[in-house]
Amino acid sequence: MIPHFPALRLGKPYESLDKTDLTPLNSEEPIAQISQVNAGIIRRDYRKIGVATAALESFSTDKLIEISAEAGRIFMNETLPVGDTGATQDPDEYIRTLSSTTGLPYSLCRFNVQKIEHVITNLTTIIKGLTRGLPTKIFDEHIIQVDGIDVCYFPAADSVGTVLPSNAPAVNSLWAPAIAMKVPVILKPGREDPWTPFRLIQAYIAAGAPPEAFGFYPTDHEGSDTILNTCSRGIVFGGDETVSKYASNPNISCHGTGRSKVLIGEDMVENWPELIDTIATSISANSGRSCICASTVITPRYGDEIAQALAEKLSEIQPLSPEDDNARLSGFANPAMAEWIDSKVEEGLAEGGARDISAPLRNDAPRKTEQFGQNFLHPTIVRCDNIEHSLARTEFLFPYAGVVEMPQDDMLENIGPSLVISAITEDRPWIGKLLRSKDIDRLNTGLMPTCHVQWEQPHEGNLFEFLYHRRAIQRAVGN
Amino acid sequence: MEDLITKAKNDLDAHVREIVQWHFNPETGCQFWLEWAEKQGWNPAEEVQSLEDLDARFPDFQDEYLRDLQPEVWRPKGEPYNNRPFSIFETGGTTGMPKQRIGWDDYKIDYSAFSETLNDDHFPKNHYWLMIGPTGPRRLRLAIEHLANVRGCSCYFVDLDPRWVKRLIKDKQFDQAKAYMEHVIDQAHTILKNRKVSALFTTPKLLEALADRASLVDMGIKGVFCGGTTMDPQYTRFLVEEICENEVGFVPTYGNTLMGLARHKPLSSEDNYSITYYAPQPRAVLRVIDDKTGNPVEYDTWGRVQLTTLTKEFFMPKFKERDEAIRRKPIEGSPWDGVGEVRPFGAMEKKIVEGVY
Repeated sequence: MIPHFPALRLGKPYESLDKTDLTPLNSEEPIAQISQVNAGIIRRDYRKIGVATAALESFSTDKLIEISAEAGRIFMNETLPVGDTGATQDPDEYIRTLSSTTGLPYSLCRFNVQKIEHVITNLTTIIKGLTRGLPTKIFDEHIIQVDGIDVCYFPAADSVGTVLPSNAPAVNSLWAPAIAMKVPVILKPGREDPWTPFRLIQAYIAAGAPPEAFGFYPTDHEGSDTILNTCSRGIVFGGDETVSKYASNPNISCHGTGRSKVLIGEDMVENWPELIDTIATSISANSGRSCICASTVITPRYGDEIAQALAEKLSEIQPLSPEDDNARLSGFANPAMAEWIDSKVEEGLAEGGARDISAPLRNDAPRKTEQFGQNFLHPTIVRCDNIEHSLARTEFLFPYAGVVEMPQDDMLENIGPSLVISAITEDRPWIGKLLRSKDIDRLNTGLMPTCHVQWEQPHEGNLFEFLYHRRAIQRAVGN
Repeated sequence: MEDLITKAKNDLDAHVREIVQWHFNPETGCQFWLEWAEKQGWNPAEEVQSLEDLDARFPDFQDEYLRDLQPEVWRPKGEPYNNRPFSIFETGGTTGMPKQRIGWDDYKIDYSAFSETLNDDHFPKNHYWLMIGPTGPRRLRLAIEHLANVRGCSCYFVDLDPRWVKRLIKDKQFDQAKAYMEHVIDQAHTILKNRKVSALFTTPKLLEALADRASLVDMGIKGVFCGGTTMDPQYTRFLVEEICENEVGFVPTYGNTLMGLARHKPLSSEDNYSITYYAPQPRAVLRVIDDKTGNPVEYDTWGRVQLTTLTKEFFMPKFKERDEAIRRKPIEGSPWDGVGEVRPFGAMEKKIVEGVY
């Protein structure tokens, strides 16, 4: 019997009459079934969310951090239930099935899983970064004294609804700290990756977390929308269309295309060959699928040379079998997505003003290729004549970047909204201007890839500020 | 069971003969069918002796007839219809010129018969009903009031204009659609707070929205009569177990202005909440056919729903509904084919706008 993923309604398994099959990329044979629930079920469960909050309130945050660390260890090392039919998975089986349905090679699955483990086993550091060093008892008592001043924070959220993607298991690390902050989570798993959130929930429960704190609702678009609009806070991952749908709602944190960029300063550009490895990592880490991967490289000079060197470096990344430890390129779970991306690149090239530097390196063989039973897109570097070209600032779901030349003084006004900027420079006045920019969410300065994460820094939105608000408090003497 | 099926078939064939003879008799038939027969070169009144004959000799009924022609062409010349004003009923939720059907007593006959299938515990007699749904030019409003009246009840109404909802959804004005639904539910909730009501007729989505405001049980509802949009097994289970709290009687229906009202096989968890409807045969016949060949599909497989209406007021052979369903076997009480898990035709291939209605 194949595993069946039930919905978890405030921790309680629920088998729906409406089930979908989950099949690996290279097979028609289902390897799991997933119970689908309608939006109404989510709305009705939300009315009982107080039960979940109360369950978390019965723990101290220090204890929940301890549980979280133990959950990290279990998630990484132990055999855990997969679904509700009695089936279990050890870590290797988990990686194998995750790879088979998402197209991520084992090596990238492990990379993603390690990121989750790192976050949930280091919550003390991470929460310290998010709260700017407030003691954890702020979550238990809601009022503490800092330098003799009362500081009061209250939970602005009774739950955080998270609509997860299928292609990036590591994003599960974003909701996990909410548990330690005593905010229940309502998750909608990605269609191809129910494995990771379910396993993570099981690890938390095995470590002693209250099951009621976890909602797991495989559902349709209406259900996703209900999760985001019903929970008092929501997190969603998706493309521009998804982000624009929710962008005006301050209670929903949208993680869309990052349009992250590498900027090369005048002071460093003469040393461009030494920068190539770091820039290539920015473009290709996690198979270019993260929003913190660079999709644009802007340099004041040597655009052709840099594009050529990047294309050569990235051409080393070839489709390999998912089991191969050297595999760094992900297949596409949905072949139509690979086709669509490929056609968008070709359309952009047909406009003129842009050249595919990678194509000659593979003897002009097609960018899209089917190997090992999967669809891949070969890494692609496009040299664009100017930043306005449609391929210069577009993010795709594979190792891709547009390379543009531009004077350093013009860069800031042309970058547009960027989740991460890696500014390879030591030019203090320019760094000062970058620090003041409203277009940059995260700024890396010096030779640092865009995908580098320091966990004590807020990452991809500050979850604490999202879930908690500061309250003014005034107490009479002796109170 | 075989005897019941045979008897039902014989009764149906006798009814087919009676109705065809009525509609194709120059003394009693309507202008449309008499003129149609003249052009065919054969006499249906003599040559159609059974449903098989009807199926073989008649083409599919075109819904344009009901859009393009004036209503009086459908008036039978025979008594009691010849000099009696008729009602004009329109179908569902499309925009543009709607399909229209004329009628006199059919809906009363159909809904009186349907009343016999309702349980007095869930639909108490001599009490009050509330209908939340399309009134306007639809037969449904009069039919529900008649059904309530037959049971000694009176009915409150809250209107919903499905044509407006469809337009909002088509234009992607989802906020407006939601606001309109809230407006409808506000009115219904006000009635329920201030009046004693034990039975509801509404659509699944409106029922869900109403139950989001307050428990149906707490509002005093004992029975819900529900139709209008797709109810797949999981959704039906949700309505029964969670919206109706396993306490309020839940009666799904399938019907429209052209047919009347199909009854459902009583729901059970053994059937996994799969709803099967049975037409009010012999007055209407529902079949599940292959859309290309017109032949019935095998039992337990999907096909297009085909309706034949056979009353003295209205004869409509072989009309392809905009629905598909699973062909289900006859049951005791309705020993003829049923239509299971009805959903919009092509629902698996394309997104169908059903909206709040």
